Amino acid sequence: MRRAPTLLLLAPVLLVLVPLFGGALLFGAARSLGHMPEIGMDGWSLAPWREVLTDPQTWRALALSLWIAAAATALSLVAGTALALGLARPFRGAGLARLLVQVNLTVPHLLAGAGVLLLLSQSGLAARGAAAFGWIDAPAEFPALVWDRAAAGTIAAYVVKEVPFVTLLALSTLASLGPGPVEAARTTGASRWQALRFVTLPALAPTLSAAGAITFAFAFGAYELPALLGASHPLALPVLAWQKETATSLTERPEAMALALMTAAVAAGLVGLVARARR
Amino acid sequence: MRPALVWLAAALLLLPLLPLIPWAFARGWFFPDLLPSRWSLAAWDYALSPAGGLLPALGVTTLIAALAATVSLALALPAARALGQRSFPGKGAMMLLVLAPVLVPGLAVTMGLQGLMTRAELTGTLAGVTLVHLIPVLPYATLLLAALFSGLDPDEEAQARSLGASPAAAFARVTLPALSPGLAAAWALGFLVSWSQYAPTLVAGAGQVQTLPLLLFAFLSSGRHDIAGAIGLVYLVPGLLVLALASRTLGRGLGASR
Repeated sequence: MRRAPTLLLLAPVLLVLVPLFGGALLFGAARSLGHMPEIGMDGWSLAPWREVLTDPQTWRALALSLWIAAAATALSLVAGTALALGLARPFRGAGLARLLVQVNLTVPHLLAGAGVLLLLSQSGLAARGAAAFGWIDAPAEFPALVWDRAAAGTIAAYVVKEVPFVTLLALSTLASLGPGPVEAARTTGASRWQALRFVTLPALAPTLSAAGAITFAFAFGAYELPALLGASHPLALPVLAWQKETATSLTERPEAMALALMTAAVAAGLVGLVARARR
Repeated sequence: MRPALVWLAAALLLLPLLPLIPWAFARGWFFPDLLPSRWSLAAWDYALSPAGGLLPALGVTTLIAALAATVSLALALPAARALGQRSFPGKGAMMLLVLAPVLVPGLAVTMGLQGLMTRAELTGTLAGVTLVHLIPVLPYATLLLAALFSGLDPDEEAQARSLGASPAAAFARVTLPALSPGLAAAWALGFLVSWSQYAPTLVAGAGQVQTLPLLLFAFLSSGRHDIAGAIGLVYLVPGLLVLALASRTLGRGLGASR
């Protein structure tokens, strides 16, 4: 039977993704080397990279973005796994609970960030609740969880978004595992904790490492949440990149591109490492 | 985790969405009031006025998302068939190419495209923004459709062919109907992925293409929480709709399998 050549089937996707994605990396790399012919900069130079790599602001931004991504990933993995274990067992209203946990999957990141801002800022709903209990008298007495140096608000918004993602993936792995292995461990004398430690968690490990890598890459490289909820000092790496891009001086554009490529390299590099470790 | 803790966690996850509602209907809501002292539709009046810009932004966001989802679905369908049903040399590399745009931050990709976009005169146009939205939408559509194709039985199409159906007829009459719930899901996912984009629109739109998230960000950073609440509630709707439809479909599926 005649069938279409595989390359022909792949062609539409290849013809869009290769020029757009490959072109972005290639032309982005040229731009980071000071090559921007569309505004008359025809030369090539390592100066933008030198400038970016010797600027202490870059390293502070890198450290902040790593902190945001690591904290958001760790909290999402722990909470998401615990929630999946809770939802995997039958209880009254489990279906409704599952549905409620899934709601944030379809909520855009910026909207989760908007909610966190209205909830956790010093005059937000949480501060008003604290005032109603008589714990604080003025907004300034509420801890600074938004626009703070530790990026608590940014991390909270990522956690709210990524916990449902981790939960859903872990739930589907638990469903394909079935109750058998855990029951077998329990009847042969394992405690609940031992069954969790030696049976359930190892079975979940591949799912959790994939979900963790995706969460980390996203929280590290996304712009809108640290832009909305982050302090003006230090800036997260993508926010610093965009600030340089929109600076009045055109010479900062190649530096902005270098920072953006740095963000991409760290995000992609980490996912690559996790994928390699899983083999 | 005990059921009580599960309910608590679900409530905590939804808590950030709660303040949007009172803000959208508040007229002056000052610390330490737990609820607005006066309710009004003033925020909606402003958001819907020409100065507020909610309606044009809603139209632009919907149009871009629908275009990106439709184009992605058409482009992804053949590739998904190859990835889902065939094994071929270079399949791993192809999967990597499809996955990479999901993992590499959109800000970096769109900034890298600026030179090309400027030369093609696409910067600040609806077409340009839709094009950069394809970068995250197309991978999701391809991966989801590939998973659907891998679950189909290729023999059914082969049987239709052996009974005399042309390849096109076999695809249209056998494979497509089997795929259609999945196609709807892939379109909805693509729509939501585009609907959620912020950084690519910011860069490629160059201030000329105002989508809902850009408008929401502007009102949040200017401290107009009431208008942000109204825009936020509108911005929430498609996701909730998709979730409601998906849970109904899944519920029916579970009911039928019992």
